[in-house]
Amino acid sequence: MDNVKDLLVILIGSSLVSNVVLSQFLGLCPFLGVSRKVKTAAGMGGAVIFVITLASFVAGVINQFVLIKFQVQYLDTIVFILVIAALVQFVEMFLRKAMPSLYEALGVYLPLITTNCAVLGVAINNEQAEYGILTGMVNGFATAVGFTVSIVILAGIREKIEYNDVPKSFQGMPIVLLTAGLMAIAFVGFSGLL
Amino acid sequence: MNKAGERLYNGLVKENPTFVLMLGMCPTLAVTTSAVNGLGMGLTTMAVLALSNLFISLLRKVIPGRVRIPAFIVVIASFVTVVQLLLEAYLPALNKSLGVYIPLIVVNCIILGRAESYAYSNPPIPSLFDGIGMGLGFSFALTCIGAFRELLGAGKIFGVALMPEGFEPIRIFGQAPGAFFVLAMLVALQNYIKNRRKKEGKPYEKIGSGCSEDCMNCSDQGCKRRFYEAGTEKRATAKSTAKRADSAAKKITEQPAQSRQDGTTKRRTEQPVQRQPEPTDGFEYIDLVEEEK
Repeated sequence: MDNVKDLLVILIGSSLVSNVVLSQFLGLCPFLGVSRKVKTAAGMGGAVIFVITLASFVAGVINQFVLIKFQVQYLDTIVFILVIAALVQFVEMFLRKAMPSLYEALGVYLPLITTNCAVLGVAINNEQAEYGILTGMVNGFATAVGFTVSIVILAGIREKIEYNDVPKSFQGMPIVLLTAGLMAIAFVGFSGLL
Repeated sequence: MNKAGERLYNGLVKENPTFVLMLGMCPTLAVTTSAVNGLGMGLTTMAVLALSNLFISLLRKVIPGRVRIPAFIVVIASFVTVVQLLLEAYLPALNKSLGVYIPLIVVNCIILGRAESYAYSNPPIPSLFDGIGMGLGFSFALTCIGAFRELLGAGKIFGVALMPEGFEPIRIFGQAPGAFFVLAMLVALQNYIKNRRKKEGKPYEKIGSGCSEDCMNCSDQGCKRRFYEAGTEKRATAKSTAKRADSAAKKITEQPAQSRQDGTTKRRTEQPVQRQPEPTDGFEYIDLVEEEK
């Protein structure tokens, strides 16, 4: 029971309270780049959930059975980045062959994720917090859900901003960044949850 | 020697990675809560950048073009690990406050970007100085942003109280939202300068050359795309990027009433060699994705 409670705390903590984009600044790249339309943002979010959950599982297994077993934890950064890059390539190949329908939906976003800082960030966070494989996966999933929530909200707001009269210097990125800043203020409010 | 000085100037002023190229924005936002943190992060990145540039340049004849990106990543990740262990041993406090962002230097686009666009096609000594110059530019920018946020958020710079007694710290600037606001102002300022230069008919593309309006996103998409292109793309010619940027900027200004998008695609189809390998690529790709939808 206690275990389940811990997992719930991690789930809420990683997805809302310390939101990966708005308070940790990881994965800012797709957050600002692919948030022009809600539909694409949701697609990106789905792909990120898929990849991060899988990557945190694989990184957890490698951490447990290779790095810790042979006491080479100092190699973590090198190993994780290579494993993640290779993993995404394989996932893409596998999906294309085995599940064309899922590949249709996620395929175009997969290449955008490989060396995304969020994926590596989650792997390293899991390792530093000494999470086990299951806990790490839950944390990865929650982080990715947090990413999806924030990118979809931002895309929704951006669709509305399209019709607004923005000062010339603020057109494009600056207004989006201001929006993100206001969203970050809103997400600070979640810190009362835990 | 002159060449070395030119690289330093280039990194610090002409192509300052933060203020001009807008690269590596994730760490820029995350660690600039105070001037000390900004400086620490900047110097750490500089060490990695200089060393990885030097080594990649030394190995440039050995690394085959097809697998260069993975090879770069291994070299960079090794140096990040070395620097991380050194920090853990000698500056534990800084290491703790920078936390997860130290290992994340691996995915900092500045480093991979410089390896790809400069070190891989230039001799070791200029590459080393290119790394140092870029690193200094990055450190300078991070320290400035950090000092600004610390001043507004806590009324101090480097821990020294500067504001008058009655100043009420604007706490938000020390926290996550403040980072977004400061960056928004920075980009707006850049846009302002760009627009003004455009009006005066000066080559405005030079500013923010590495990136279009959406550029503050790390080059990781760009890098990934290059993973794919690696097989088909020929090894970049030994032209310096500065030169490339110059001619690209000229090219853009020569086309009068065309939108930027047209300009970039045209540049891409006509002169593949002059295309800048940096994040623009990632963004063109994303735009394609969104158009397809």
